[in-house]
Amino acid sequence: MNPQELYQRDREWHPPAYAKGYKTSVGRSPRYALLSLEGSDSELTGPTFDHNDIDPIDHDLIRNYAKSGDPIGERIIVHGRVLDENGRAVPHTLVEIWQANAGGRYRHKKDTYLAPIDPNFGGCGRTLTNENGYYVFRTVKPGAYPWRNWVNNWRPAHIHVSVFGTAFAQRLITQMYFEGDPLIAKCPIVNTIPDQRAIDQLVAALDLNATIPLDSIAYKFDIVLRGRRSTFFENRPEGN
Amino acid sequence: MVQKLDYLKESASQTAGPYVHIGLAPGDAGFDIYRAELGRDITGPNAKGTRITVTGMVTDGTGAPVKDVLIEVWQANSEGIYPGTGEVEDGFRGWGRVTPDFETGVFTFETVKPGPVAAHSGAIAAPHLNLWLVSRGVNVGLNTRMYFGDEVDANAADPVLNMVEQAHRRTTLIASADGTTYRFDIRLQGDGETVFFDV
Repeated sequence: MNPQELYQRDREWHPPAYAKGYKTSVGRSPRYALLSLEGSDSELTGPTFDHNDIDPIDHDLIRNYAKSGDPIGERIIVHGRVLDENGRAVPHTLVEIWQANAGGRYRHKKDTYLAPIDPNFGGCGRTLTNENGYYVFRTVKPGAYPWRNWVNNWRPAHIHVSVFGTAFAQRLITQMYFEGDPLIAKCPIVNTIPDQRAIDQLVAALDLNATIPLDSIAYKFDIVLRGRRSTFFENRPEGN
Repeated sequence: MVQKLDYLKESASQTAGPYVHIGLAPGDAGFDIYRAELGRDITGPNAKGTRITVTGMVTDGTGAPVKDVLIEVWQANSEGIYPGTGEVEDGFRGWGRVTPDFETGVFTFETVKPGPVAAHSGAIAAPHLNLWLVSRGVNVGLNTRMYFGDEVDANAADPVLNMVEQAHRRTTLIASADGTTYRFDIRLQGDGETVFFDV
């Protein structure tokens, strides 16, 4: 029996491939329409991961690359749940994050921004959601940084997030922004998203209840993947 | 007014950006942090079937290589079984991550040739790899498939290939075969634009 199909991805909610304010998308966006496929095993199955694949420290960006001490920056907890569109938790799924350091510099051989590399900060982490779809990372708040699009563009502070779900067609990469950041509204990458409600959904809320007093501040960020259809009645196969 | 539908909306996609390697393939970013990076081995040591090499390049609308792309591969084993749907060889994940050389833009990876798999509505799909591309400038990850040029009959009967209305565009999904090495180029835009799917 085929796995259950997914709800149609709402392409009006996601950014379009071609978004002229984000210049790199101009030459990298397909011009022909996507060909819509009904789900088969190729799309409705996907890889799985377990605790043999990763180490417990992988979700602690304050410690997972520390050489001589803690990284510089505002200590934060980022936590939340991975849910599907039916509001159900997605358990045991892989969540991977990456980010700039507190000065806005990435540990990447292609990043040449003048802010310094932090010797104690790698800038990536990974974890599996628990049985309730819950995940947590500890890190430092990334800095804003300039990028070439227009001459004077600044990325708001953000953390890149990659999530799997249970089907290859649920695969998602997005970015998490921080409540109150005035750069969000001015960012051409954020503004590839046409619907303000979809943008708001990517802004993590300051979560004082989850802070560790005198230690770390917290932000809550829930991630929603496509939902699976319920099959109370079987589809009638085409042609019958 | 009517009752409210209590569905959530999928989180909107955002580009993986130029530094996707930090998160998904840190060795490519230039540092070593994890005990083992995920996706470096698609098949594991026990996979049966024909070992193959796939090489190619992703190009943009001007024809230039997209050197900062990251491709994920998802495939069945040589018997056409996806992990999770039946028994596969111990260690066979069927999933991997591929990045091109930063200088040339050429990617190369090794795997086994998958068997035919079930298509929608009970038909049989020709052997194929499912690919998902992310990079700077790509706002939502792009799904496509790689079919095998030496599977002429199976490709001719494949329901997805046959759904591509303009027959000449089907060739954008078929890798050319040279023994056990397959060449597969992906064009994001322009002449010979690859067929991408909404899956």
